[in-house]
Amino acid sequence: MSHATHSDQDAYFIPEPSPWPIVAVASVFLTFLGLVFLINDMGLAGSLIMVTGFAILAYLFQGWFGAVIDESLTGKYNGKVDRSFRQGMFWFITSEAAFFITFFGCLYYLRNITLPWLGGEGQLASSNILWEGFQYSWPLLNLPDADTTKYVAAKEAMGAWGLPFLNTIILLTSGVTLTWAHWGLKKNNNKQLVRGLIMTIALGVLFFCVQSYEYWHAYQDLGLTLNAGVYGSTFYMLTGFHGLHVTIGTIMLIVIAVRSARHHFTEHNHFAFEAVAWYWHFVDVVWIALFIFVYWL
Amino acid sequence: MSVATAHDDHHDSHDHGPPKGWQRWVYSTNHKDIGTMYLFFALFMLFFGGAMAMYIRAELFMPGVQLANPDFYNNMVTDHALVMVFGMVMPAAAGMANWMIPLMIGAPDMALPRLNNLSFWLLPAAALMLILSILAPYLFPGSGGPVNTGWTLLPPLSIQNGIGMDFTIFAIHMLGISSILASINIVTTILNMRAPGMTMMKMPLFVWAWFFTALLLIAVMPVLAGAVTMLLFDRHFGTSFFDAAGGGDPILFQHLFWFFGHPEVYVLLLPSIGVLGLVIPTFARKPLFGYKALVYGMGVLAVLGMVVWAHHQYTIGMSLFATNYFMIGTILISIPVGLMLMNFIFTMWRGSMTFETPMLFGIAIILMFSFAGVTGVMLAVVPADMQYHDTMFVVAHFHYALIPGAVFGLYAGVFYWLPKWTGHMYDERLGKIFFWWTTISFNITFFPQHFSGLAGMPRRIVDYSIQYTEFNMISSIGGFLFGLSHLLFLYIIIQTIRGGKKAPDKPWEGSQIGTPGLEWTLPSPPPFHSFTQAPVVK
Amino acid sequence: MVSKNKTGLPAALLLLPLGLLTSIARADYGYNLPEPAATLTQEIFDLHMLTTVVGTVIMVIVTAMIVYALYAYRHDKGAVPDQNFHTSWFGRWAWVLVPVIVLGIDLSIASSASSTLSSVEDRSKADVTVKVIGSQWKWTYEYMDDDIKVVSNLKKLEPTDPLYLRDVDDPLVLPTGQRVRFLLTSTDVLHNWGVAEIVPKKINIPGYINETWAHITKEGTYRGQCYENCGAGHAFMPAVVRAVSPAEYQQWKTERKAQQAQAAAEASSDKAWAKEELMAKGQEIYTKNCMACHQAQGQGIPGVFPALAGSKIANGAAADHINIVVKGKTGTAMAAWGPQLNDLDIAAVVTFERNSWGNTAGDVVQPKDIKAAR
Ligand code: HEA
Ligand code: HEA
Ligand code: HEC
Ligand code: CUA
Ligand SMILES: [Cu+2]
Repeated sequence: MSHATHSDQDAYFIPEPSPWPIVAVASVFLTFLGLVFLINDMGLAGSLIMVTGFAILAYLFQGWFGAVIDESLTGKYNGKVDRSFRQGMFWFITSEAAFFITFFGCLYYLRNITLPWLGGEGQLASSNILWEGFQYSWPLLNLPDADTTKYVAAKEAMGAWGLPFLNTIILLTSGVTLTWAHWGLKKNNNKQLVRGLIMTIALGVLFFCVQSYEYWHAYQDLGLTLNAGVYGSTFYMLTGFHGLHVTIGTIMLIVIAVRSARHHFTEHNHFAFEAVAWYWHFVDVVWIALFIFVYWL
Repeated sequence: MSVATAHDDHHDSHDHGPPKGWQRWVYSTNHKDIGTMYLFFALFMLFFGGAMAMYIRAELFMPGVQLANPDFYNNMVTDHALVMVFGMVMPAAAGMANWMIPLMIGAPDMALPRLNNLSFWLLPAAALMLILSILAPYLFPGSGGPVNTGWTLLPPLSIQNGIGMDFTIFAIHMLGISSILASINIVTTILNMRAPGMTMMKMPLFVWAWFFTALLLIAVMPVLAGAVTMLLFDRHFGTSFFDAAGGGDPILFQHLFWFFGHPEVYVLLLPSIGVLGLVIPTFARKPLFGYKALVYGMGVLAVLGMVVWAHHQYTIGMSLFATNYFMIGTILISIPVGLMLMNFIFTMWRGSMTFETPMLFGIAIILMFSFAGVTGVMLAVVPADMQYHDTMFVVAHFHYALIPGAVFGLYAGVFYWLPKWTGHMYDERLGKIFFWWTTISFNITFFPQHFSGLAGMPRRIVDYSIQYTEFNMISSIGGFLFGLSHLLFLYIIIQTIRGGKKAPDKPWEGSQIGTPGLEWTLPSPPPFHSFTQAPVVK
Repeated sequence: MVSKNKTGLPAALLLLPLGLLTSIARADYGYNLPEPAATLTQEIFDLHMLTTVVGTVIMVIVTAMIVYALYAYRHDKGAVPDQNFHTSWFGRWAWVLVPVIVLGIDLSIASSASSTLSSVEDRSKADVTVKVIGSQWKWTYEYMDDDIKVVSNLKKLEPTDPLYLRDVDDPLVLPTGQRVRFLLTSTDVLHNWGVAEIVPKKINIPGYINETWAHITKEGTYRGQCYENCGAGHAFMPAVVRAVSPAEYQQWKTERKAQQAQAAAEASSDKAWAKEELMAKGQEIYTKNCMACHQAQGQGIPGVFPALAGSKIANGAAADHINIVVKGKTGTAMAAWGPQLNDLDIAAVVTFERNSWGNTAGDVVQPKDIKAAR
């Protein structure tokens, strides 16, 4: 029993010492440092540091994921390692869910508790004497402080059944195409896998474009900006972080598509594919909640 | 329970030792090396945060502003808390988790070793960011004053702050990423890496404690991240989450912070409860009383802990219904915690006790943490809290909770496992001196704060009126004594690392009683790779 | 590894607080909540004593159990561990017994707390309503039914004075025997108006109004402070209430109104003021309102509050100077003083700042300039 080596199927794979984590730390640190300088108008330094951070990040992904892919392809991972990866991804998505739930909670609180107070209802109803004449409404198109120059209320709310609805359909379809790709993988049909992924990516990109246009429209025509009081704040916080996740998801899908085209996955060994799929479905579900609570109700 | 191990095999020739030089640490994928780094980092932060506490106590020694300006004072209060909570207690507990969980459950390492390294190295980077936030007013003159909000970072004060606040926000982001990743790793390790036969209900209590801790962190750390992100947006991008003029509410931040913050105090407490669950049976030579009740109790505590956050905000003006709900929920927490502490007492009951340093700390924790819990329940009573809130009474409550509840548990763990970690016994006589010195000086420091608090002294003030002088003088003297005792702690640790009596595999007579882990089947110190071949628990 | 036992621990832990208690009992300063002077705080005080007693009893029981265990079950006294204790009937049922007992204690605490809480939230009609406004770093009190406004600033005393940090220049005056409703709010950051003798605390939130109330039973002066970290001056904003008989209160109100009317008339007269008059008045206003931040010699606190001595604004165009004082600067500690000071006050303080500490603007600003700038 003492002849177990690391590449044995029944031994758990412990990676050799690796430089990638510390590179990741450097990239996170520099990105944040640059960001602090940037938002405090500290000149060019901020942008430079941040760009360096991003460059390291790109290098990092290529290196770390490269190493993992290598290990995976050379058969170093046994079933237990695979389970660790899956469980790790599951808990990661759980924490992401908590992050989004935070913002939904804020939306609920501001809309159903705070604004009624400011408008003269509920526990802190007397607050209304500070904002005489303020009537609350949702979407919030008039601000408590009517004279402020710091915020400018939106002229019009974002309707649900135009672009947002289109985006809902796009994302839902992308969920379907991704599942179709998954079936392909399970049937060992590489063509279906790659096609499904490409369609999903295309839909992701399309979503991104529609969302960008929607933002442009909100700024240009509706006056719905980050400065538009809590309606604008919650709108952009929720849709913005979701959009960021779509972008990250799309990048991951592209990586997976390239790997699929190179026949990296088998019906038994495709953790990376599944992780990305879970992530994408998670982003999908968040969008449904977003569509209901941010746009529709 | 009998255990089949393969630990003789560890001396096989193919089992190469640690890599040499700095790469061993910076590139490490070894749970023990990473655990060691966590522990040393925590030790360093203890002195960093402690030095700030010493400044606080010096400033409060007598009325008048003596040492620096008020903003600097509150900057020190803020960073004292952040450093102690995120830099000291959590990393120390994570270090113990890293070291011990794989050993206890018979795993070769943590489930995701590279991620483990990332979780650790994010901490020094975050500490650097925090130091930048302290230095920002001097490094970047004209970019605003020190971060003076207290660790709760409440807007609108935090919106008034300068660039230092941005550094603090990103430091918190990095700390948050670090603890989420560490928690993911720990949960996965516990669920997936147990040796055959090591069922969940056979796990040592420490492993269970960390399981719940990690779940709590995965659930609430992102909330803090969201909250400080919104703060950043309000500060720089024109949003109005926390500004009534745009329909926002400063109180929203408090809800978010405490939704994180209250579970966080159980994150600090639970690992120490886990240590107690090993220490007390060992030195009482008798199985843990109510193992199942303790496990379920911790589960209940974790769940209840998530739904009572607003007891930190009784004064914000909530509806009568909400206030009653939060009050009763908070008071009910005394049930699981009381059950846990009672089980420890019943473990000692009809036992056969000796009083080595870890046990002394264990007993002190039960007594002094009960006291913290009782003042906690006093605080939970809303109308009374409207009197206590933001006075030194609260400060006294939470130092009793944090120092016996969390820090003493860590001390107990350190003394309990030092022989296993280093292969040497520590000097028992010095350990005992350290125990009495800290326990007595700790009480001198914080007991009087109950009185100054009731008499009305606010917290986070640089200067106070002369009626509080005596209490503060006692408190400061106690504080300095308490601080000095840590030099002895440092000395004992260094001494034990460098040499001392050789520790046997099983340094404590009672350590195999009840629900022990597999750590005692390995030599002290354990080989570089723990269990290359999974042991089987029968 | 078995050491000689030491049972000094619990004894020492017990003695320490006791020793402290006795030494403190002799001193003439408080170590408990201050003696209540209003109906509601009396109720809360009783609740506080109840939980204190319950807590003490619990601590005595816990300590007794531990001490007994330490005494009776020592290895070196030859105690033999009972390896089956946890499987005895007690071991099997303790997880029910303990929670049931604790639940009983919990519910009895909660029920009396809950009824007191209802009194705190009682919103019956009040005889006097006062709006308590916190600002960095002073309290402004507006009597909602009478046109009276009181601004309370810290009175500067030496750190050896018994009233150091506990006295203000102009306290809030309230009648005894009447129900007073406090509307709490703030102009900048969170504050917390706390006078433990008469009211339970609620925080002052900018943009919101919180409520609390008092029915003061005893005449006297009650001293509290700000209990929410509000920045550099947090330690320096005492809250002082002078409770007087209803008759005295009426009289105070009449006098106060007369004073205010006179000041208002002065401020709105179109009189052109002499520089000396403005400088003298300006210094007074400055000391009262601005010095906390901009400091006695106008030097500010570097990085936190800008110096006014030699500042661009104080030496530049008067319009800019007036503008920042009247409108403040959002997002910074510099509040809008327009609503808080009258035209004369602002004119005076601006004139003062432009001609002090080596500032050489030299011009004189008149109340009518302020009126125009509002
Ligand atoms: C390790 C950390 C820790 C722990 C475990 C606790 C535990 C508890 N805390 Fe504490 N608390 C803090 C750390 C901690 N706290 C901190 C850091 C703050 C301040 C933060 C800030 O503002 O900066 C704070 C503040 C704080 C407040 C807010 C005060 C204020 O700001 O006005 C309240 C109010 O309810 C409270 C209550 C409690 C309660 C009910 C418990 C319970 O969990 C205690 C339960 C335990 C027992 C009750 C003892 C054992 C039980 C028995 C022996 C059975 C019999 C007992 C009874 C029937 C009473 N805490
Ligand atoms: C785990 C957390 C933790 C720990 C361990 C401590 C430890 C200590 N704290 Fe802590 N404290 C907090 C968490 C913690 N604190 C929190 C959350 C707050 C609230 C912050 C806020 O309001 O926002 C707070 C606030 C706080 C205050 C209130 C400040 C105020 O509101 O105005 C005070 C005042 O006495 C204080 C004192 C101390 C002291 C004396 C210690 C001592 O235990 C420290 C002892 C350790 C050392 C001193 C080690 C270093 C030793 C040396 C450096 C050797 C040299 C020694 C000498 C020079 C004597 N703390
Ligand atoms: C709570 C603190 C505080 C108080 C009280 C205060 N100020 Fe200020 N003041 C500030 C801050 C902070 C700024 C800087 C604003 C900025 O960032 O531009 C400032 C800026 C100014 C400036 C512009 C200085 C410059 O060169 O930029 C003037 C003039 C001024 N204050 C006058 C006053 C007057 C007059 C009063 C009293 C009636 C007063 N301030 C009270 C905090 C305060
Ligand atoms: Cu105002 Cu503290
Ligand atoms: Cu809490």
